[in-house]
Amino acid sequence: MKSVILQSASRYLLPILLLFSVFLLLRGHYYPGGGFVGGLVAAIAFVLHSLAFGTAETMKMLQFTPLSIIPVGLIIAAISMLLPVFFGLPVMTGLWIEQPIPVVGLVGSALFFDIGVYLVVIGVVLTILFTISLETH
Amino acid sequence: MIDNQIIATVLVHLFTALIQLVLPRKTVEQMILSIAGCLIGFLLSVNLFIKILDGGILTMNAANWEAPFGIVFVADLFSVTMVLLTSVAALAVSIFSAVGVGRARMLYGYFPIFHFLIMGLNGAFLTGDIFNLYVWFEVVIISSFVLLTLGGRKAQLEGAVKYMAMNILASTFFLTGIGILYGITGTLNMADLALKIPLIEDQNIVNLTAIFFLIGFGIKSAVFPLYFWLPSSYHTPPSAVAAVFGGLLTKLGLYALFRFFTLLFVPNEFLKIVFLTIGVTTILTGAFGALIKTNIRRMLSYLIVCHIGFVIGGLGLYNKMALVGAVFYMIHDIMVKTNLFLIAGLIRQLRGTMNMGKLGGIYAEYPKISLLIAVVLFSLVGIPPLSGFWPKLFLLESALFNHSYFYAASIILGSFITLFVIAKLWSEVFWKDASLDEMVVDNFKALKPGRKTLMVLPIAILACASLFIGLNAEFIIQVTDRIANEMIDTTPYTRAVLGK
Repeated sequence: MKSVILQSASRYLLPILLLFSVFLLLRGHYYPGGGFVGGLVAAIAFVLHSLAFGTAETMKMLQFTPLSIIPVGLIIAAISMLLPVFFGLPVMTGLWIEQPIPVVGLVGSALFFDIGVYLVVIGVVLTILFTISLETH
Repeated sequence: MIDNQIIATVLVHLFTALIQLVLPRKTVEQMILSIAGCLIGFLLSVNLFIKILDGGILTMNAANWEAPFGIVFVADLFSVTMVLLTSVAALAVSIFSAVGVGRARMLYGYFPIFHFLIMGLNGAFLTGDIFNLYVWFEVVIISSFVLLTLGGRKAQLEGAVKYMAMNILASTFFLTGIGILYGITGTLNMADLALKIPLIEDQNIVNLTAIFFLIGFGIKSAVFPLYFWLPSSYHTPPSAVAAVFGGLLTKLGLYALFRFFTLLFVPNEFLKIVFLTIGVTTILTGAFGALIKTNIRRMLSYLIVCHIGFVIGGLGLYNKMALVGAVFYMIHDIMVKTNLFLIAGLIRQLRGTMNMGKLGGIYAEYPKISLLIAVVLFSLVGIPPLSGFWPKLFLLESALFNHSYFYAASIILGSFITLFVIAKLWSEVFWKDASLDEMVVDNFKALKPGRKTLMVLPIAILACASLFIGLNAEFIIQVTDRIANEMIDTTPYTRAVLGK
């Protein structure tokens, strides 16, 4: 399905959706949002792009296979879980820095866990959808 | 009190799997990492075991949330014994996998999934929270489902569908039970539940919930009449996978049964009769099933079912001697059953088939390997003083002492049928003259010496573990005696978790 309207729309929507996904990711600790939802929105941005331009085009734009970011996300999440051990605290304890960073707000190990989830969700959703769309065409 | 060491084995397997995921196509590196990871996990679990044996129960509040509210990990002697046995079995299987699993399967991520499975098992043994236990069960099921279907042959998929369907059903029962229990007590922490369940006025609803857990764990540990998925799925995957399944997965169900029905729901007269009946029928159906099978792995699958009956019956008697026997039997069974499936893989490598009619002549050709295997087979049968003998003695004595003559008779019958089946296996596979069938090909001779070692070494490790259990029975009895004490008197457990 090649449509000029969809192509121009998705060209503008891609950065907006990605920005929105990062917004969801960052506000996720105390408000609705988080890594899972953020990851889904980011994945949808790429799926929309692939609907407009074709999956091969999107893969070329991404420059990496979605499968390869799954272990990266898992490792980030696992390290954020392990980090408190080095401070003599039980595994998975939330560590927080004292001063809030502008825009982002308070940063803690929970944020890195969420970033890991975000990457895993993008990787999993895109792998599944791209595999299906490449198989069917 | 707070001790991260408790879940160190879980973390080791997690990170091994993650590093392997970063190296997706490098199977040799994955293999080395896998063996190294299992070795570290083994050393850590030995360390933890010694620590618990010398000291007492250790707990860890994950994320630093206080005990009844957060998730707590508890290392009591029962848990760490299971973790130790899992680590030994995992080490042996990871070495065997280097040769016993095809490269195609490795490319599809055999090793990471294997480590996720072992991580799930360790986590399930160590958790002190029933919902967390459910989550670990799911980790185990999902990884085992992938391991079962890797390769995608028709027989595998057929077996996997049965396995998956039954296990999802079991999870549903388990989850429903958790829901009801949370509804009536308002807590998910096992120690807290142990204190709150006896205070509930309407004990009928507690008994009802107990049945939900009984069915859920009963499916997972393959007891009569819920066992049929096991023989129809365990003979399909590669032997290394079948070894983990046969040795460890059903024991996870048994572990959960023991944990729930000693800590949360102390068996009343009705439950005792239910357990004894299940035990007797499981022994008999498993034993009779094993009699008529000619494929080695199908036969072993029925033997697993048969021997689970011994353990369940021990829980049904619910006294100290019976619990000692049952836990001892689990310890013995994990080592031997894992090994038997590895042996089945080795036999397949030696002859290219697992059909007993076509096998033969292995003793004449490979006397040393055959003698090694004989040790394992004798341990399974329970020739004194090998490891299968002692727990059966305890169980039998306890059964006679409590006038459970049906159970006593079925232990004897089950043991005799096991003896008969194993004798048949020995004479057909090892003593009989080599078959002249053209289908029979020796793939073992063609292997390089290093790879031959990788196949035989894990069997030797597990055989040594079995020998250790058998010859050092006094030490094992001391350990199981303490485990049985912990099961009967749960106050040290609740005190360690809740701090009161």
